Amino acid sequence: MSALAKMASSRLFWPVVMLLVLFAINLVAFPGFFEITVRDGQLFGSLIDILRNGAPTLIIAVGMTLVIATRGIDLSVGAVAAISGAVACSIILGSPDPGSLATVAVAVTVALLISLVLGVWNGFLVAVLGIQPIIATLILMTAGRGVAMLITEGQILTVNSPPFKFLGSGFWLGVPIAVIIAAVVFGLAALLTRRTALGMFIESVGINPEASRQAGVRARGLLFAVYTFCALCAAIAGLILTANTAAADANNTGLFIELDAILAVVIGGTSLAGGRYSLVGTLVGALVIQTLVTTVYTVGIPPIATMVFKAAVVTIVCLLQSPTTAEALSGFRRRLAVRSGKGVAAS
Amino acid sequence: MTQQTEPAAPAQAAPPATATAPAPVVEMRGISIGFPGVKALDGVDFRMFPGEVHSLMGENGAGKSTLIKALTGVYGIDAGTITLAGEQVSFSGPAQAQAAGISTVYQEVNLLPNLSVAENIMLGREPHRFGGIDWRAMRRRSAELLAGLGLDVDPGSLLGDHSLAVQQLIAIARAIDVNAKVLILDEPTSSLDADEVAELFRVIRSLKGQGVAILFVSHFLDQVYEICDRLTVLRNGQLVGEYLVDELLRIDLVQKMIGKELTALDDLEHRAHAAVVDETDAATFVTATKLGRRGAINPADLPIAVGEVVGLAGLLGSGRTEFARLLGGIDRADTGELTIQGENVKLRTPRQAISKRIAFSSENRRDEGIVGELTVRDNIVLALQADRGWARPIPKKKQDELAQSYIQALNIRPGNPDALVRNLSGGNQQKVLLARWLAIAPRLLILDEPTRGIDIGAKAEIQKLVFNLAENGMSVLFISAELEEVLRLSHRVVVLRDRNVVADLENDGLTVDSLLALIADGRVASDDEALDERAPAVAVAAVGSGAGPEASAPTTPTTSTTEGDHS
Repeated sequence: MSALAKMASSRLFWPVVMLLVLFAINLVAFPGFFEITVRDGQLFGSLIDILRNGAPTLIIAVGMTLVIATRGIDLSVGAVAAISGAVACSIILGSPDPGSLATVAVAVTVALLISLVLGVWNGFLVAVLGIQPIIATLILMTAGRGVAMLITEGQILTVNSPPFKFLGSGFWLGVPIAVIIAAVVFGLAALLTRRTALGMFIESVGINPEASRQAGVRARGLLFAVYTFCALCAAIAGLILTANTAAADANNTGLFIELDAILAVVIGGTSLAGGRYSLVGTLVGALVIQTLVTTVYTVGIPPIATMVFKAAVVTIVCLLQSPTTAEALSGFRRRLAVRSGKGVAAS
Repeated sequence: MTQQTEPAAPAQAAPPATATAPAPVVEMRGISIGFPGVKALDGVDFRMFPGEVHSLMGENGAGKSTLIKALTGVYGIDAGTITLAGEQVSFSGPAQAQAAGISTVYQEVNLLPNLSVAENIMLGREPHRFGGIDWRAMRRRSAELLAGLGLDVDPGSLLGDHSLAVQQLIAIARAIDVNAKVLILDEPTSSLDADEVAELFRVIRSLKGQGVAILFVSHFLDQVYEICDRLTVLRNGQLVGEYLVDELLRIDLVQKMIGKELTALDDLEHRAHAAVVDETDAATFVTATKLGRRGAINPADLPIAVGEVVGLAGLLGSGRTEFARLLGGIDRADTGELTIQGENVKLRTPRQAISKRIAFSSENRRDEGIVGELTVRDNIVLALQADRGWARPIPKKKQDELAQSYIQALNIRPGNPDALVRNLSGGNQQKVLLARWLAIAPRLLILDEPTRGIDIGAKAEIQKLVFNLAENGMSVLFISAELEEVLRLSHRVVVLRDRNVVADLENDGLTVDSLLALIADGRVASDDEALDERAPAVAVAAVGSGAGPEASAPTTPTTSTTEGDHS
């Protein structure tokens, strides 16, 4: 009972329950849901698809988690993803040898470096000029698409470059490259923030910026770091998305992905008010969102109802996490504990 | 002394002279409230008469706030009855309690600074006309209320443009608009200066004259004795007793609150002076020369010796906090120089001050001190970790040792390093902050109002700590609105007035009265011994012997920190 209560009071409880419920629904609708087969030395199956398709959202959500933990938000990630895709594709297209590994390496490196500049820009607006994060990143959110448009000159840039395509749809040791990249980003973020004091500083700045400053925490540098990291994550996701379709579309690459990422963070139990964050929660959140998309297909919900279905699920998760519900549930749990406590005393 | 541990016999307790109605307006009987693992209130009786000012006394954790929250409907009660004006009531929320005539003004003013005074007063019960808000009626009603309290405030002005004290009075105006029978003032004076307190008391007396029962909760004994007619003492969730203020000596009150003889502070005064006698070399740790900041503090000098406790005295807004903030690197000085151990430094950030082992503990515990959602452990190691940098994390085991040792040394409760600081009482939060600063092993510790709003037990512990630290060679800059406390702790007292340092005196026979005179008119009592010249050893040795008469009278209740003759 106490173990269950402890589990139920964990922030991860409801997201995990949600994920399991979604899995169960899928299993009923499609009994082969959990099957993973090896074809040509590559893993295939619904779960693998979920992981692979969810990778870009997860990568961005990891960056977003840290930004949100500092009491901020980054709306520009979709635009940054589009810019990085556009930059990479235009470099590859402009080179005499689009299929060479060197060309792709240069393209990817330049795209990532540009994203660093964009992240520093966001960090500058937030940390130095003190603009509210939602406004500050809104600037790049709208302007970024325009920049991507300028880079692609209004065209959808289609590239034919096997090494680049490999980023989006390749496999290594049977595992999709996108999943491996997501795992690396996730692992790095976890290590970097939890094995050092960064995580504590980020939370501290998110909870009480002035107290943190007075305690000697370099809040400004920290904000620069998280916004830059978030932009880097967005660029990586943008490259995967672009490579997957082998085309850079300034208008549609990473469209609304910022909302999915924010949703993943929130479902994972990190509060938009900043402070304590959970990367594992974000992972679960991203999986919930992607599984939801898959569920729509497996259950056969008509495409026109997809958005409504997604909204319904998100509403349920948010309701379960609201303080009022939590209070009601904990009251229920307390009564339960009292009863079982009495039982113990009597026996 | 009538000591009524059985408040069920109201006949014996003569109602205060000003009160005419013999029946209590509020009567709570056998109130019990439990939280998981804690019995917050255990069968407590409490009552209030119309037209009296009643004080609820007790240390942190005694159950004061819980009792207030039971009365105002914030908490449901597990057992007992609440009777309001003869009728048994059961509130399911603060709104119901307010509608029934119980209004509360909290320590932190919970109003909206970006709205007008009138809007704040009438918020949620705006007069309507033709389906819209009747602005004119709203303004008129607010003006009446403000005039009723004798306040000269324009109802159309923005709330945020007024001082905290005026905002508090406006909060009271809001509270009494609902025909309050009972007005609860929770620590209303903790951020007010003497004039503002006097203004508040004038308002309280006028409300009392109108028959309102006022519950006045404060840690300032002086104020309790000045304004209250009756008081109820709680300890560990239980009722100790109900007393008439006139019939209870302060020292007895303190003992009832603490439940044991508090002798901890008695010998502090003598030890203070003894410590300075040792300090023959009088090495200066930090010297501020013409240090100032426009709009905050005019250029001022301040040397602080190693192991010296310097008290800053002055009213709110005199520049005492502003000056300290320059020394702590919180704000940047725009004129003057700062020398630390002979080295000229410019402090641009708190971080730089910390690297010079200067720690600044803000008076604003909630906004500038604790990081509420983090654990006690994280809060304690935060400054030390920030100083080490993010890449060199303090190992978990070391963090635990550090947290545990401070939890024990400072007697932080609950002693659980994983508890969220938000859930600790004010006094314990203050101790966690002290632990944070002590963990960086400061050479100069700047304490701005470290004992404000905390109970007398924690206060004594913190004062004792300051002594021990100074004895071990730490310099301390100590700011407190309580002059007795400043006098008790400091080797030297620097007086500020209107953003100027007006006196720098050895604590040599200084009294509250002489300090008050300085604070009030800025005249230096005797110019020879002030300002430039500091001859610590000789002067202080004289004090040591001068303290003799006081020492021979240990019954002097030094425990009641607000014991002063200026009331």
